[in-house]
Parts: sequence; C-alpha cells; structure tokens
Amino acid sequence: MAERAGEPHHDGTVTAGERVGETGATNPDGAVAAAERISGPQTADAGTASLLQVADLSVRIAGLHILQGVSFEVAASGVTVLLGRNGVGKSTTLRAILGLTPRNGTATGSVRLGGEEILGRPTHALVKAGLGFVPEDRCVFGGLTVAENLRLAERTDSPDYDLVFSLFPELSKRAKQRAGSLSGGQQQMLSLGRVLLNHNRLLLIDEPTKGLAPKVVTEVAEALERAAQAVPVLLVEQNLAVVRRLAGDAVVIAAGQVAWTGPGEQLLADPALTKSLLAVNAAGGH
Amino acid sequence: MSTIVLMTVTGLGLAALYFLVASGLSLVFGLADVLNFAHGLFLSVGAYATWWAAGNLPGAGPDGWGFVLAVAFGVLAGTVVAALVELVMIRPLYSRTIEQVLVTVGLSLAGVAALQAGFGADPRPFPRPSWTQQVVTMAGARVPLDRLLLIVAAVAVLGALLAFLRWTRYGLIIRAGVENREMVTALGIDVRKAFTLVFAIGGAAAALAGALSGVYFGSVSPTSGASLLIFAFIVVVIGGMGSVLGSAVAAVAVGLLQQFVNYYGTSGAGDICVVALLAVVLLWRPAGLAGKAATA
Ligand SMILES: Nc1ncnc2c1ncn2[C@@H]1O[C@H](COP(=O)(O)OP(=O)(O)O)[C@@H](O)[C@H]1O
Ligand SMILES: [Mg+2]
Repeated sequence: MAERAGEPHHDGTVTAGERVGETGATNPDGAVAAAERISGPQTADAGTASLLQVADLSVRIAGLHILQGVSFEVAASGVTVLLGRNGVGKSTTLRAILGLTPRNGTATGSVRLGGEEILGRPTHALVKAGLGFVPEDRCVFGGLTVAENLRLAERTDSPDYDLVFSLFPELSKRAKQRAGSLSGGQQQMLSLGRVLLNHNRLLLIDEPTKGLAPKVVTEVAEALERAAQAVPVLLVEQNLAVVRRLAGDAVVIAAGQVAWTGPGEQLLADPALTKSLLAVNAAGGH
Repeated sequence: MSTIVLMTVTGLGLAALYFLVASGLSLVFGLADVLNFAHGLFLSVGAYATWWAAGNLPGAGPDGWGFVLAVAFGVLAGTVVAALVELVMIRPLYSRTIEQVLVTVGLSLAGVAALQAGFGADPRPFPRPSWTQQVVTMAGARVPLDRLLLIVAAVAVLGALLAFLRWTRYGLIIRAGVENREMVTALGIDVRKAFTLVFAIGGAAAALAGALSGVYFGSVSPTSGASLLIFAFIVVVIGGMGSVLGSAVAAVAVGLLQQFVNYYGTSGAGDICVVALLAVVLLWRPAGLAGKAATA
C-alpha cells in the first residue's frame, strides 16, 4: 500500500461540488478502501479493438509503491477518462506510459500501443511516434513567446496551425507575447495547441481544466470535444461536468489500482458509485 | 582621467575573457545540469593548439592571416575536445551529479598533467601579432590594442550566441531546455543532441578565450585555464545559470571591479571584492541576475 507523502497538486479553486475528491481530500484512504473492489462491466465495446493496452503496470518511486498492477484499455476512438481522487496515481499512470517516470523510480508491466510494446522506450521517440502529451501543469515555456512555444512543438512539415488557431484564436493574436505572461486558461490553450499542431495517434491529457474559470473550462472542453473527433484521447479529468460531456469509457483508479471500468455514463448515473469511488455527489451539479 | 580610461578598457578586456569562458559554462549548466570543472581544460587546449599551430601548421604563423588560421585551429581543437568529453565521459553520467563532478575534476587534473608532460610546466612565450602590442590614444589614455581585440572578440561572440539562441531551431531547443528539459522531450525532441552541441559551443568559446589570453598575457602555461575558470564560475553564478546575457553583464561587473580595486586598493583586494559581490548577489537574488528563466 502506497504511503502518500503530501499532495503537491490542486489548489481546489474550481467549481465546487463537482470536483472529484474535494470533500475527503485530506484522508481519502478510508473511502477508497471500501470502494476498492467494486468492479463495473469491463470495457467491452466488442466491435472496436482498443488502441492502447495497459497491463499490470506498477510504478515505484523512492521506495513507494504508487501503482500496484494497473490494467485498462483505451478505445481506438473517443475519450477514455481516467478518474480517481487526488494522489491516487492518475498522473503517474500517464507519465509511466510516456516513459517519464522519475529516475528514482521504476515502471514495470506492459503498455502496448497498437499491439507494440512501448514501456521503457524513450519519451521523445514515443512522442514522435504519435503520443501527444499535455501535462498536468501545462508546462509552457514561460520565457518563450507563444509562437516559439508552438514552433518548438512542430513535428511535421505541415503543422496544422489552421486547426489550432480556429480552436484558440487567442493564440494567434498573442503570438509575440511571452508565454509566462499568459493567463492560466491561455497557457492551457497553448499547451493543447502544441500537441494539436501535429498528427497524433493518441493524446494523453492531464487535468486540462484544473484551476480554470468556468467560462474557460467550457472553452477548453469544447476544444477537447472537437479534437477527440479526430484522435483518441486518454483524459485525466476531475471536473465531472466535463467528464459527462466527453466521456466514452471511464477508468477509476483508487489506491494504486483500477477500482472500476465501464461506460462513463453508467458511472455518472450512479450516485452511490460515484460517491464511493470519487467521494463526490455527481447527481447534483451542472 | 587617462588612468580611468586605461583601467576601464583593461577591466573590460578581462571581462571579455571571463565572458568567453563563462558563457559556455553557463549554458552547459543551465541546460544539462552539469557542473563542468573540465571547462578550463578546453581553454588550455585552445591556447596550446593555437601556440602549436602558429609554429607548426603550414600556412599558420604569429602574424596576419597566419595568426587567424592558428586561432581557428585552436578553436577547432577546443570544440572537438569538448564534444568528445561530452559524448564519452559526461553522457553516461547524466543525473549522477557526484560522479560527474568527480569525472570533470579528474579530467581537468589529468589535462593539466598531460599538458605539463607534453609541453613542460613552465609558461611558454605565446606568438602574438605585433600590432596587438601597439597602442592607440583614447581620451588621452594610451590603450594597448590587445585589450580592444579581446573586447571586440567577446562582443562578436555575444552577438553570435544571442542570434543563434534567438533565431535557430537548436537555439529554441536550448532556451526551452534550460527552462524545462523534461517538457522538451515530451514534445518529441531528443534533448541530448542539444547537450553535445552546447558543450561544443562552450568549448569553442573557451578555446578562443585560451588563444586570446595567450595574446593578452604573452604566455601560456598548463594551469592558466584553472585560474580563469574560478572567476568564470563566479560570473556564471552572478549572471544566472543558463543566461548568456546574464553572463555578459556579470563578466563586465567582475572585470571592472577587480581591475579598479586591485589598482586603487592593494593588489589582491579586487579578488576579495569579487567574492563579496558574489555573496551580495546571492543574498539579493539567489538565482543570479537573470534568474533561471531567460537564456537570451
Ligand atoms: N516524483 C515523485 N516522488 C515521490 N512521490 C511521487 C512522485 N510523483 C508522484 N508521487 C506520489 O504518487 C502519488 C500519486 O501521484 P499522482 O499520480 O500525481 O496522483 P494524481 O494525478 O492521481 O493526483 C502521490 O501520493 C504522489 O505524492
Ligand atoms: Mg495528477
């Protein structure tokens, strides 16, 4: 069982009531333990083969066993949402898939993309092969301009600036502005824009609406919805209104393991389930 | 008045040497997190290779274009050695800080020993073009031309580095990498190629500093790299890791301070003042004048 050493994430500013894990955030373990073995129907959209298969993924960092055998699949189209309370290992999962486990940690198990084992391959090679990554805290380069951030991210000879600027007109207006002086929402758009410039096989997007004002959350959700029409997405998202809008399948992680998988609608339609898994009341809300 | 002008130009000449050594050191640390104690070796390699070429390389010599060719050879040698050091000795040790420090310290000691074995421990007279020993009159002061040569060379390198960082793809990668290396790889870029490049650039600038310090001091010795390196490290810390412009500003401050205090105070007091300046800057702005963000 992983011990959690503090939680650096989450300022908890956004839309109260419909954010995962806000209520019991200080000590989620009790509720999680109760929810641990609840299992929904497996992701069995028998028609479509899945694009990404994560099997028995374990991550240890600095002696802590953070992921303990996580297994799930990501559908070849639409949005698969990865849910769970703060600190359960959602970001760790995305980062392990991308080979970004820190050097004082190890990732074992199997991650297959289109049937090919990718765990352990270098990050830059995976991204070049079509895994687009939007990290949890946006990670735009503050000292570079918006245009330079985008130029740096170009991986093809014909980057799709039309798409990016039609989704986020703000970015073309602010091309010469230093990214460090953008608002949080604009930085998120830039971070999304950086991956959408390129052709991707799968997008890994970590909490894109975290800390954003409600109006910007809607804007980002709209952009994600449009992007997801063209490319499958594995999305970590705490805002259940956004989840409701986008989710195909849902995967819930609790205490370092997958606690539930199934259609997102089914999860959100079951208040008792969401409460036990995510410690929120999904029935209320937007 | 004329003394002040002479002191200023001399201080700026010294600053030019510091900058040439510090700029590479700063980029290497800012991008790759490598504290490269072997950087002084690149300087020595540049100095000795220039010295050797002026005497032995066909076409090269102590004057005119022959001297330019000798310096170009020295710079090339420094560049190649720096790139090799990165590829062979540093690359296997990224993120292992202690081992890195040990390897680079060991390398600098071994380099000094190798130079002593090859060329002797005593300073060797350095070939310098005769015009560098002439003086011009500036605001009443008689200023030796070698100082102006140092300043012009450093300004040219500064301009070239800033243009490179601002306008090229690799410059963009380096500036981004100084901020957040992991995110650069997460955009599909193999940032390690940029490490080698930064080492090579730093090696080239340090080797140029080696050749120019030979002109300025009139001799080369195996340990001259090490003494310049100490002040270059101070310049890097004052200027901010990874910032070329910060290094330039800090180099000017250190060079002038050292020169004026050594002249008007007792000799050696300037070095103490430089260390005091370092302490003040670290208390006032722990990340250096430029912070860590901007490379340009
Ligand atoms: N680099 C690290 N060093 C130590 N612990 C870490 C590191 N990264 C994540 N953790 C721990 O792993 C757990 C899961 O973190 P994370 O994946 O960020 O959670 P989530 O994204 O679900 O909120 C947390 O308890 C966190 O403290
Ligand atoms: Mg997270």
